[in-house]
Amino acid sequence: MNRALSMIFVACVFLLATQVQAQTIAVTGGTIHTLGGAGVIEKGTVLIRDGRIVAVGTAVDVPRDARVIDASGKIVTPGLFDAYTGFGVKEVSAVEGTVDSDQSGERFSASFDVSYAINPRSILIGVNRIEGVTRAAVVPGSIMGAAGSVFSGQVAVIDLGGPGDWLTRSSAAMFVRLGESGSSLSGGSRVAAMLALRDGLEEARDYSVNRRSWEQGAHWEYTLKRKDLDALLPVLTGSTPLLVQVERASDISQALRLKKDFGLKMAILGGAEAWIVADELASAGVPVVLDPQRNLPGGFDSLGATLENAARLNKAGVMIAFTAGGTHNARNITQYAGLAVANGLPYQVALEAMTVNPARIYGVSSEVGSLEAGKLADLVVWSGDPLEVTTFADQVVIRGQAIPMVSRATLLRDRYLELNTERPQAYKK
Amino acid sequence: MRKAIYFGTLGLLASVFLGGCGSGEDAGKARRMEASAEAPFASTYQALSSQPTLIRNATVLTGDGARIEGGSVLLGDGKVLDIGDDLDVPDDALVIDAQGKWVTPGIIDNHSHLGVYASPSVSSHADGNEISGPNTAEVWAEHAVWPQDQGFKTARAGGVTALQILPGSANLFGGRGVTLKNVPSRTMQGMKFPGAPYGLKMACGENPKRVYGEKSGGPFSRMGNVAGYRAAWIKAAAYKEKWEKYEAGEAEEPPERDLELDTLMGVLKGEILVHNHCYRADEMAVMLDLAKEFGYKITAFHHAVEAYKIADLLAENGTCAAMWADWWGFKMEAFDGIRENIALVDKAGACAIVHSDSAVGIQRLNQEAAKVMGAANRVGMDITPEHAWTWLSLNPARSLGIDELTGSLAKGKNGDLVIWTGDPFSVYTRAEKVYVDGALVYDLNDPAYQAVSDFTLGSLESEGGLK
Repeated sequence: MNRALSMIFVACVFLLATQVQAQTIAVTGGTIHTLGGAGVIEKGTVLIRDGRIVAVGTAVDVPRDARVIDASGKIVTPGLFDAYTGFGVKEVSAVEGTVDSDQSGERFSASFDVSYAINPRSILIGVNRIEGVTRAAVVPGSIMGAAGSVFSGQVAVIDLGGPGDWLTRSSAAMFVRLGESGSSLSGGSRVAAMLALRDGLEEARDYSVNRRSWEQGAHWEYTLKRKDLDALLPVLTGSTPLLVQVERASDISQALRLKKDFGLKMAILGGAEAWIVADELASAGVPVVLDPQRNLPGGFDSLGATLENAARLNKAGVMIAFTAGGTHNARNITQYAGLAVANGLPYQVALEAMTVNPARIYGVSSEVGSLEAGKLADLVVWSGDPLEVTTFADQVVIRGQAIPMVSRATLLRDRYLELNTERPQAYKK
Repeated sequence: MRKAIYFGTLGLLASVFLGGCGSGEDAGKARRMEASAEAPFASTYQALSSQPTLIRNATVLTGDGARIEGGSVLLGDGKVLDIGDDLDVPDDALVIDAQGKWVTPGIIDNHSHLGVYASPSVSSHADGNEISGPNTAEVWAEHAVWPQDQGFKTARAGGVTALQILPGSANLFGGRGVTLKNVPSRTMQGMKFPGAPYGLKMACGENPKRVYGEKSGGPFSRMGNVAGYRAAWIKAAAYKEKWEKYEAGEAEEPPERDLELDTLMGVLKGEILVHNHCYRADEMAVMLDLAKEFGYKITAFHHAVEAYKIADLLAENGTCAAMWADWWGFKMEAFDGIRENIALVDKAGACAIVHSDSAVGIQRLNQEAAKVMGAANRVGMDITPEHAWTWLSLNPARSLGIDELTGSLAKGKNGDLVIWTGDPFSVYTRAEKVYVDGALVYDLNDPAYQAVSDFTLGSLESEGGLK
């Protein structure tokens, strides 16, 4: 390992790095799943410079100064994108001081921008990125049961490259809850949740027209705070999607009605019974973010949960994106994608559901999600089929930087590989 | 008759399994106290109907570490009648050509809450933690098992043929666990594994001190946890002594029965196996010493996220560790979880087990083992699928005291096995046929062998929505 690389290594292991220096990387010889127009390229090269992909193909000249990553006989994919996580806002779930994803109370709701709290040095980021997860949607309010508003706040898209330009997009979606969880936030009825949501949107629409007279005190008072009204304006124009957590088929239909009434852009999160209303979702052009493992009902909202949800939605023409459903093990998203394939989803769609599709849903597909010239360079070199449970990421590149393949978990492992040591393990670092 | 079998086997298993722990010598015989002689809530399990079946041309993992290519297994009379690479076809046998398929023993999960935390997980179904006090050794999980939990079916579709249902981990002593066969039944008794000893759930660490620290009375700390265990074992030892005096004719009246102490005494006599929820390495070391102080054995630590730090101690003490492949970080005591935990415990010569503690995870324990195998081999260990399968069947069977009956494919053992569509260490593979005691209880391709619980009967299931 050369000096520059070992410095990067040390810096990243201790998560102290700010911005690592620019470098040129050539990933050569692999089977490249571009997830773009070029499809699958055998024995291809991905050339990366200054954080971005500059060329992908079989006839790419590799500059002399490039660091070459030999991917011969291996699979290369875009970095994986988990569409629902708490990266950077949750460290130890049961240690309250390390959890910033939630708000309780109603002081702020739509304006709750989770990106303010994100810690790019989180241990969870280190553990998950060496297994191929490079981008994530950080969604506020990821723990249920807190009293608050149906508006849970704004989603951020980040990369897992550590300190530096980790924020891909703030306010990438406005997160709301309907169905049983919305009901529990709104006084015990899903009617109340839907009315609270409609009231909020109507106030914001009114505010967008009558803002000046409201500022002059010549307009009726809004129930939402100014910050929250401001936050809803891009939702009303359709530039920020409304991410709706909802499970039951009938509640999904109600959400689609809301979309139509207000002309919103929308995505469903959860969607345990989405397959039942797949045709409605397809004709409304509404994608679904789902955890492919779910086949048992948590409550009466998800009685129709099935391992075939992903396959059925895809067959009906609904765009899907995956989440591993828990931040600590976002790395298992490949296993769950494999499970969806085992239950009828085409392989290619499973790859799309954790690369380009989440990028599209959160409005960042011009920057990430596929291996194409001009895009931010996030990629993974896999030892074999990335969906297989015995396959591992050999090398991960995020934002154009080769990530040291070390985490706190691998350091712990290495420390205890041998128990019968001369000196206590604590001296092994 | 059934009662006799039950006790005979229990005594045998307990003495085999707990050999060396110094307290199980006559378990189930002369010193059996009147209190448990009735065997309440006895098993009524009957194997489903079956026919002699020869499965051939399969890749067979025997569950005790061996692998047979082009192997055959003959099932009959509920048992494995023969196993090898060239078996004759009996005249009356159904022959299944398993070319390209794999055959393994059924998966055994020693840590499940199916039935006591049933789906849908509404609060009315939350029956797994009796949080009325830190010591509820008197409660039995089997009294709360709802056989209509659809999770039994989805676990069966994942190749699980037997499982232990445990109380939760809120209490120092959570109560008795019960081992079930994973067959559809109207009653818990109809699933109860004949001959399986009871388990006692104990819990270390954060859960008891959180639950009772936040209520009242404590324990508020890990110190309080250990003081609580010690106080309980002192009482149990005294109770046991009273019964022994009575049984030896030294006392005229039998002691007054106490359900809590009955269970703890069962542990001290080696009849009930201790399943101890414990995450941290240092805490497991304390628990091992606690067991020595009172002369009982910890059969298995559960979760044991830091087992890799003390794998040598586990091997020395003959204590199993039942673990997840990769759960970590959800609480402080789980912060040091690593993917290689199970493999490192195994490498130290201790009994390593893959467990679920989850209605979702139980459906693919084979994949959990595969992840561990892959991670371990990446750091230079050399774990084969046939070896990794010991984590899924024979080792958990040992921890449940049923390893003489099931857990591996050997002549005379129960016909509990799975035919997989391919290599069960692949994410794309599914359980195709699942057998319990030689009877087909699940078939991926035949709806006639896909049981449906009462709860799920109806509209969505008929649309195929609950697979």
